[in-house]
Amino acid sequence: MLTRRQALLSTSALGLVACLPRLGLAQAEPVRGGVVTVHVNAEQRILNPSLRASTGVYLMTSKMLESLVDLDAEGKPTGVLATGWESSEDGRTITFTLRQGVTWHDGTPFTAADVQYTALEMWKTQLNYSTQLQQYLDAVDTPDDHTVVFRYSRPMPLQLLLRALCDLGYVAPRHVFEGTNILENPANTAPIGTGPFRFVEYQRGQYIIAERNPDYWREDFPYLDRIVWRIINDRAAAAAALEAGQVQLSPYSSLSLADMDRLRTDERFEVSTRGNEANAVFNTIEFNCRHEALKDVRVRQAIAHAVDVDFFCENFLYGFGKPATGPIPSSSPAFYPEGEPPYAFDLDRAEELLDEAGFPRDDDDQRFSLRLLPTVAGEDVPLFATFIQQSLAELGITVEIIQYDAAGFLSKTYRDWDFDLATGWHQYRGDPAVSTTVWYRSGSPRGAPWTNQFGWQSDEVDELIDQAASELDPAKRKELYARFVEAVNAEIPVWMAIERQFISVTSTQLMNHHTTPRWGSSDWHDLWIRG
Amino acid sequence: MRVLQLALRRLAASVPTLFLIVVGLFLLLQLAPGDTVDALVAQMGGGDPAMIAEMRRFYGLDAGVATQLANYLWRLVRFDLGFSAIYGKPVAAVILERLPTTLLLMGSALALAFAAGTALGVIAARRVNGWPDTLISTLGLIFYATPSFWFGLMGVVVFAVWLAWLPAGGLREIGAGYAGLALVLDMARHLILPTLTLALGFLAVYLRIMRASMLEVLNQDFVRTARAKGVSEGKVVVRHVMRNALLPMVTLIGLQAGTLLGGSVVVESVFALPGLGRLAYESVVQRDLNMLLGIAFVSAILVIVVNFTVDVLYARLDPRIAADS
Repeated sequence: MLTRRQALLSTSALGLVACLPRLGLAQAEPVRGGVVTVHVNAEQRILNPSLRASTGVYLMTSKMLESLVDLDAEGKPTGVLATGWESSEDGRTITFTLRQGVTWHDGTPFTAADVQYTALEMWKTQLNYSTQLQQYLDAVDTPDDHTVVFRYSRPMPLQLLLRALCDLGYVAPRHVFEGTNILENPANTAPIGTGPFRFVEYQRGQYIIAERNPDYWREDFPYLDRIVWRIINDRAAAAAALEAGQVQLSPYSSLSLADMDRLRTDERFEVSTRGNEANAVFNTIEFNCRHEALKDVRVRQAIAHAVDVDFFCENFLYGFGKPATGPIPSSSPAFYPEGEPPYAFDLDRAEELLDEAGFPRDDDDQRFSLRLLPTVAGEDVPLFATFIQQSLAELGITVEIIQYDAAGFLSKTYRDWDFDLATGWHQYRGDPAVSTTVWYRSGSPRGAPWTNQFGWQSDEVDELIDQAASELDPAKRKELYARFVEAVNAEIPVWMAIERQFISVTSTQLMNHHTTPRWGSSDWHDLWIRG
Repeated sequence: MRVLQLALRRLAASVPTLFLIVVGLFLLLQLAPGDTVDALVAQMGGGDPAMIAEMRRFYGLDAGVATQLANYLWRLVRFDLGFSAIYGKPVAAVILERLPTTLLLMGSALALAFAAGTALGVIAARRVNGWPDTLISTLGLIFYATPSFWFGLMGVVVFAVWLAWLPAGGLREIGAGYAGLALVLDMARHLILPTLTLALGFLAVYLRIMRASMLEVLNQDFVRTARAKGVSEGKVVVRHVMRNALLPMVTLIGLQAGTLLGGSVVVESVFALPGLGRLAYESVVQRDLNMLLGIAFVSAILVIVVNFTVDVLYARLDPRIAADS
């Protein structure tokens, strides 16, 4: 809902609405002007998507800075700052043609030099997930102001690069960063970009404001005058702000599941996973395969068989989720190998497997005990941890839940390896090579979070991962990843138990929202408010 | 002059306390698993080891604990609170941004709790065992027993969501561009619910203390004497009873200043207010050691200042105390 003051401010909106019949508004001409207030649950230290890959950062910065490519409504890469791309036959040279007539918010023209600088100084060296993606990037040439040539020492599949660049391809202004300490540059919290909105103000702990960029290259866009992101940490307070009309949108929502379920029946809001397809999330169970029992694949399988995922989705997640079939989600058509969830709920089978593995029940009917570390993510993680605890109790496995905060969890799990089971999220980023395969590829150094720190190793899987990362033929890549899924489903060093998508709560007064698969992280140039 | 002396002596005595607080907190935080880079990486959703090592170097976390502590203390001696890893700004600057909100909230809550508590306590004591006393005491009990966040949430549901009279949170209408009186009124409107929420619990305590000490003083000989002299009832209550009954109340203010800072964490979260309490919470979660130590330092100073003011007030209310010191 719009507050009265905001409605009055946007006089143009009022003028237009007055001429329109009340019916058929959904098909009506877009209204210009207005302010959209967006709920953000945690503030970010750095507002620079070229340095920090995280949905929390994109939520704000993608309106001010732009990427080379984004996803269109069908989920296909479409040009933003790039207008065309081409790969050489050996896949070692990828050429981008850049959009002309684009200027930075400070008036400087956008050129190939900006892309070159960002690629080498940020994407290759600083940006999380991107350093791994770009590790074989040798050089970036700029034959002219609107052409950049990426040179790789190993073949880089064009489709992989394009899908990855939606998130990992934001361009920062070279003239602002060059010759400064990149991490300390003030533009990291007062971003200068090429996007439809210009940064206005960041009040720590309160809000971030961006306003319409009058010189935006998409002529006559954006529709909105302003976007205000309000930082509200408390879930209940955020729900109240939505209902009171102070906030119109809660993307990648952190509201409590009960509140979302309640707002689902409120006609003022749309509560949906629509527009978040490219941000699939798995609920995981991570096994420490150094543990005497867990190193036996039968024990891991028994645990997977013992957790009734369907029941959990229906009763704890209010239906926002379904059993996963492997580490590639069904929302990723380019790679999804189809299939059934590999470990159906079957307690008898689980008992059998544990007996076979040599962990019979003792006199007290107990087999062994495990420590479970839940990470700090959504409300579903602690619920799932408790659910695992109770499910395994049926098998005679005692589970002790040890709750740390985010920093504690990371150092205990990934640096000290001081856990038996861990549960949290895995976020799939469009292509398995971007952040999924590191969960299975062996050889990651101690302390690297969300990589294979589980003491599990398979030559076959390592080989598949390496091959697929530089295979140029899309059909062959899909085939390699299908084999990869089959192999890791059989061994489950990590069990991707539930497949979910982020949920957004949106006021029905907003139009053109959630129209692309990563809408929350897109530029919102065509978002408008119904009067 | 005597007040200045007292002030200096007090401040000198608080230096070792401050030192112990800072060192204790520093060491305590070392026991928590994970550091600021872990928290940062968790927020980003991952990162690779070379980048993580580089960030540890950047934030000076690769040095040993003793070195880090020595560095910190050396900076503190020069009144430099250090640099915040979360905010990328000097700690002092961030605290100064946040302090006014907390002081405003604390100040108004304390004033409301004290004034209303005193008034209600006096009424209850004057009509002891009558219906006003029963009503006030029951209300006090309810306020005391109910957690403040629940009051806050109910306030939001009723006054912001249902009735739409008051804003649901925040410190002011964002982007409305108010100035002058309009801004003051807007902020006052935003502060009504949080102030009430924070004040109610404390109000109950003041009310009960005031009632009890009024009843106690009312039975003393000098009150009987005053009445026997023919002093009017109003004067007896204000000049003789209240002045004496206020002493324990003033003590309580000093004690509660610290508690109030703690209580404001909850209220600031529920109402999305950018205050010191929430800053402290976020600093713990994000392992921002410099910021947390800075907040502890400033809060300790705040409590010392309040206690000092209380001492001065005390001397004003009861001249015998000033004569003793």
